[in-house]
Amino acid sequence: MPFTLDLPIFFAFIIAFAIYAYVVMDGFDLGIGILFPMIPAGRERDSAMNSIAPVWDGNETWLVLGGGGLLAAFPLAYGVIFSALYAPIIAMLLALVFRGVAFEFRWRDPAHRPYWDVAFNLGSVVATLAQGIILGALLQGIAVQDRGYAGGWFDWLTPFSLMVGVSLVFGYGLLGATWLIMKSEGTLQERCYRLAFRLGIAVILAMAVVSAWTPFLREAYWLRWFAWPQVLFTAQVPLLVVIATAIFFVSLQRQHHYTPFLMALALFTLGLAGLGVSLYPYVVPPSVSIWDAAAPNVSLKFMLPGVLVMVPIILAYTAYSYWVFRGKTGHEGYH
Amino acid sequence: MFEAFDAIVLARAQFAFTVSFHFIFPSFSIGLASYLAVLEALWLWTGRQIYLDLFKYWLKIFALAFGMGVVSGIVMAYQFGTNWAAFSDKAGPVIGPLMAYEVLTAFFLEAGFLGVMLFGMNRVGRTLHFVATLAVAVGTFISAFWILSANSWMHTPAGFAMNAGGQFVPVDWLAVIFNPSFPYRLVHTVFGAYLTTALVVGAVGAWHLLRAKSDKGGANDGARVMFSMAMGMITVVAPLQIFAGDQHGLNTLEHQPVKVMAMEGHFKSYPDGAPLILFGWPDQAAAKTLYAVEIPKASSLILKHSLDAPLKGLDSVDRKEWPPVAIVFWAFRVMVGMGMLMLALAAFSLLARARRRLYDWPLLHRFALAMGPAGFVAVIAGWVTTEVGRQPYTVHGLLRTADSASRLDAPAVAASLLAFVIVYFVVFGAGTFYILKLMSHPPHRGELGPNRGEPVRAAGITPSPAVAEKLATGGEA
Repeated sequence: MPFTLDLPIFFAFIIAFAIYAYVVMDGFDLGIGILFPMIPAGRERDSAMNSIAPVWDGNETWLVLGGGGLLAAFPLAYGVIFSALYAPIIAMLLALVFRGVAFEFRWRDPAHRPYWDVAFNLGSVVATLAQGIILGALLQGIAVQDRGYAGGWFDWLTPFSLMVGVSLVFGYGLLGATWLIMKSEGTLQERCYRLAFRLGIAVILAMAVVSAWTPFLREAYWLRWFAWPQVLFTAQVPLLVVIATAIFFVSLQRQHHYTPFLMALALFTLGLAGLGVSLYPYVVPPSVSIWDAAAPNVSLKFMLPGVLVMVPIILAYTAYSYWVFRGKTGHEGYH
Repeated sequence: MFEAFDAIVLARAQFAFTVSFHFIFPSFSIGLASYLAVLEALWLWTGRQIYLDLFKYWLKIFALAFGMGVVSGIVMAYQFGTNWAAFSDKAGPVIGPLMAYEVLTAFFLEAGFLGVMLFGMNRVGRTLHFVATLAVAVGTFISAFWILSANSWMHTPAGFAMNAGGQFVPVDWLAVIFNPSFPYRLVHTVFGAYLTTALVVGAVGAWHLLRAKSDKGGANDGARVMFSMAMGMITVVAPLQIFAGDQHGLNTLEHQPVKVMAMEGHFKSYPDGAPLILFGWPDQAAAKTLYAVEIPKASSLILKHSLDAPLKGLDSVDRKEWPPVAIVFWAFRVMVGMGMLMLALAAFSLLARARRRLYDWPLLHRFALAMGPAGFVAVIAGWVTTEVGRQPYTVHGLLRTADSASRLDAPAVAASLLAFVIVYFVVFGAGTFYILKLMSHPPHRGELGPNRGEPVRAAGITPSPAVAEKLATGGEA
């Protein structure tokens, strides 16, 4: 064949894209759950909730694509990672159950709304913390033997994984606050400018700590980031982070509506790019590579047309759905 | 060894528990999405307010049921990996892509248009809103298509080879997707979903017909329309479902005869005509069905269409191949019993229609009310019959359940199972309560949709005619 597409690499990018789409989209609605205690009950909370009610379900579908896609394209990694990280995965799933139903239940039962608001908040915090721990635990490596997990039940629990978990809580909080800056006005918006400022500082500090810690986890990561001459390439990531951070704080100062959210997105994009740089070419570090874990080519080929046709269509109607609910929420007369 | 066995039993209990809970919601929302599409189409076509009122009434219930289906479904997408890692590694190359196609072609379609369907009537206008409703309804059906294809493949695997790593490798995708039991299972399950929804809608209509002291000024119209539509649906689908179930059974006899032996409670072979055991107590250890009440030769008549046709029993295969017979035997009887009751309800409603007493025959309404949960019971019982009947395999005849599980310790699985039980009962208990609360109110004129919290809709419980009109036409506020 004159041209051969490396299918495992292609699907690794697709899964990475699904995870990225999930993190930034469910990130801001989980973030609103994280910020719930800081938003007064009543009109402001209802308005925050209204801004995500029509889209949260679609956002979470990317999580299903990430999980289902991993099963389809990298069945070995799917089984190993999820059984190794059993406790945080189950915690994440149960937390998502609580916060997902809270969307409907808090409207249906005003008498118990405070309880469902707590469920929404705790569910969002626990789900985010668990996701961060999952990322951190994956990055620090998973023991594999005979195509199965070979470690202990609490291998995932380390200072590093907890640090990544806490960082992600700040990160999603930042996405939530900047999303609300974009979608709200009045007191809620002012409140979110203040929250975004504090969360911005926390996120930058957390990113610095995690970035400085990662190269010490494994020698491979150290070489990946600092070996000459690729340091010229990898150094672009922290450089861009500095630029995005500067624009972020300036835009907060000038009370822009859209720029803070876009810069928060940029920070997440760079953070995940950094994760990709560290992990590649492993899907389960330190021993299972993308090619080791990949499903047979015939499975990947079968999915190829589905992915090439459906993902653009999905992005189109997701964009349409966001467009329908554009503008500020909670106020009469917008479009 | 004992501990490993324990962990597998717990993992199976957890999967059975979470999938049964999850399955309740799609089996209701598949039918309800189609019903909503029909109601909205009728409204657009006839312009009658009552169809819009019913649409909005059921839309609120749909929003709750769908939300619970989504969150319980995410759990399923991850549980193959957490608890069935070996199965995922081996069967993933075949069933993974089918599930990926479900996400790509169905879940995003449903989720993408659900927001517009629930909240977008005033923003996109009638036609586009109807397109969104249709997209959600079609999405639920596409989802059923893929997931039942994957499930059927585990019962009747086809179109694959094995590789050196012990993985199932697809060879012929059409043979994989349209494996031998898939068409039967798809029809049987979708009919089951339609019946489940029709029974719920009928029970809600019956409840309000029973409660209404008078229907002055057409206060009862909504209940009448939904009751009539539901009874009509049951009358058409219940007989079709019994036929489809029979065909599915014959297909199972051909491909999974051991499952049918367990369903029938046939421990021994019958060389000249097998009896139909109506009731009894299958004793797996003693290998016989105790206290059997049976009709001689009837089983051979049903399964082989001949009174004297020989039928093999469980004694013809190794005990290691037996599923838990009592569970399969009884779950099957519960399902068939529900089916017969549905047929009786259909006949009763037909009689009432012929006598023009559909809306004022309290006995019929009480019967329909009692039958409200029958669809859920039948669907779960049918699911148990087929899934437990596949044991001791995950992929029938090829991959044993004992070889499919993750290497988990029993305490880890026990803890997660307990957490699932507590959370599901709290969360879905509350959800069921809210749904019943919504159902306890009759649909009324100018019914409000799931929109909330926006000033334009804060017009009180019974909006003025002008506001109702504006809501009805979906005009810009």
